[in-house]
Amino acid sequence: MSGLRILVPVKRVIDYAVKPRVNKAGTGVETNVKHSMNPFDELSIEEAVRIRENKTKTNPAVDDILAFSAGPSKSQDILRTALAMGADRAIHVVEEKTELEPLTIAKLLAAVTKQEDRNLVILGKQSIDDDSGQTGQMLAGLLGWPQATQASKVEISSDGKSATVTREVDGGVETLKSPLPMVVTTDLRLNEPRYATLPSIMKAKKKPLEKKTLADYGVDGALRLKTLKVAEPPARQGGGKVEDVDGLIAKLKELGAI
Amino acid sequence: MAAAPLRSGLLRQTATCLRQSRATFSLGRHASTLAVLEQRDGKLNISSLASVSAAQKLGGSIHGFVAGSNIKGVAEELAKVEGLEKVIFVDNGAYDKGLPENWGPLLVENIKKGGYTHVLAGHSAFGKNLLPRVAALLDVQQISDITAIESEDTFVRPIYAGNAILTVQSADSPKIITVRGTAFQAGSTTGGSATLEEGADPKVESTTEWISEDLAKSDRPDLGSADKVVSGGRGLKSKEEFDRIMPPLADALGAAIGASRAAVDSGFADNSLQVGQTGKNVAPQLYLCAGISGAIQHLAGMKDSKVIAAINKDADAPIFQVADVGLVGDLFEKVPELTEKLKK
Repeated sequence: MSGLRILVPVKRVIDYAVKPRVNKAGTGVETNVKHSMNPFDELSIEEAVRIRENKTKTNPAVDDILAFSAGPSKSQDILRTALAMGADRAIHVVEEKTELEPLTIAKLLAAVTKQEDRNLVILGKQSIDDDSGQTGQMLAGLLGWPQATQASKVEISSDGKSATVTREVDGGVETLKSPLPMVVTTDLRLNEPRYATLPSIMKAKKKPLEKKTLADYGVDGALRLKTLKVAEPPARQGGGKVEDVDGLIAKLKELGAI
Repeated sequence: MAAAPLRSGLLRQTATCLRQSRATFSLGRHASTLAVLEQRDGKLNISSLASVSAAQKLGGSIHGFVAGSNIKGVAEELAKVEGLEKVIFVDNGAYDKGLPENWGPLLVENIKKGGYTHVLAGHSAFGKNLLPRVAALLDVQQISDITAIESEDTFVRPIYAGNAILTVQSADSPKIITVRGTAFQAGSTTGGSATLEEGADPKVESTTEWISEDLAKSDRPDLGSADKVVSGGRGLKSKEEFDRIMPPLADALGAAIGASRAAVDSGFADNSLQVGQTGKNVAPQLYLCAGISGAIQHLAGMKDSKVIAAINKDADAPIFQVADVGLVGDLFEKVPELTEKLKK
């Protein structure tokens, strides 16, 4: 067991192309819409699979890729997608009632990481629903592991002992080198996720998917933050169109923008 | 077996009570805030001062925090920033690159030492990378990218790419928060007279080694804080056209250059110029875009701009629904014409 044992957490979110609507009660958004895997998490799975596929070059062997999700039963769909993309097995912490906060997820992941003896965790840099961008960093903190967030390039050393990661920062990129075990979060430019083929989708149905509960990991789902309300953002009204460039300049002057 | 859930239930209840009593206590006195500030090569990052502006809305005392090599100069500069009572500095080159592996323990120690009720940093690459790690070490649920402060424990933040606005209340202490820079304009950098104090340095070694960086160089205003932004999208067709059309327009307006994700993905513009949910958030006086359709992920990053102007050949493009002024036409013709006329 000297190879990479990768954990890839994935989240089921409202599809990125759907424009979310705030519900009438002002407590959240309408969830009776199309859902799919958080786009950043697709990148994580893809990266894990690519590390395995590249093993003939410099990458070390990948022992296994474990996909993980916590949330309602429907999250199983996206775990199957992860399996179809190339993960070997999946764990699903079923939680119907509460929308789990990043700190809770990070605690769960820390427990899974230890129990499943992982040495690399690849997460999306943020989920496109809550937009918090916290889980990976929190997990690294809880485990005391190094972190490389917003990764656009990941190179694992051939001995599997370290990783060189290029991260997207304000104004450009920076490159870091960390010893494994470590936590990486993915940015959009890391890779182009593959589409799962029909045979791989069929095969994914036979891969193991284990159901667990929060209690199995000794984590409590109590919320630290209380949602007081969810509201529509102030609507922006288009100001109409102008005929030509002169009209554009005149309007911008009138609006005090130039 | 039955005792276990009961006990954890009780524990949870006790923890909740403790948290609530802590919250009441902090409401009963003034907030004390630590604003974590950024510096690079001995220069204070002015846009990180948004955390000071946000802290002023909380009331109470505000301490600024900086760390790095030869930090005294930055600390002295910071001492003049309006609203700061004290500047805590840690002079150690190990903190120059903002690595969370050693910054985490550094902040935790200084937060505990100062007994702060709130810790604020900008929602920049640095703040996003570091603060959640600190929050986990303190067992606190962080609040990211706030755009407004309603009270000491109640904050407003956009979710779903800005398609919904969430108001949350936190009972955690300290409250760990990242601040959207464009929502809290940096205040005056003169007139303040904070005292300087050396902070605690736990000297934890970072396991991560910083290798190199590649930053896009530009004489133009910084995208995140510019008054005017001109932005190009897929409609520019190529990097050559992007570079031929957009910079002269930016120069004519004294604007920063931005780009849509489509333009960045197609290699027309550098990643660091991306505006949107996964790129930068901007809120300039003028956002003038050409060849951008206005996908929700892009709107997330610019719809708080004061005036939005759009040039697009598709009259039905969603961007026209938010633009204050729209011009339907071929950008290859209209943008150069606009540039020429603006120069006069």
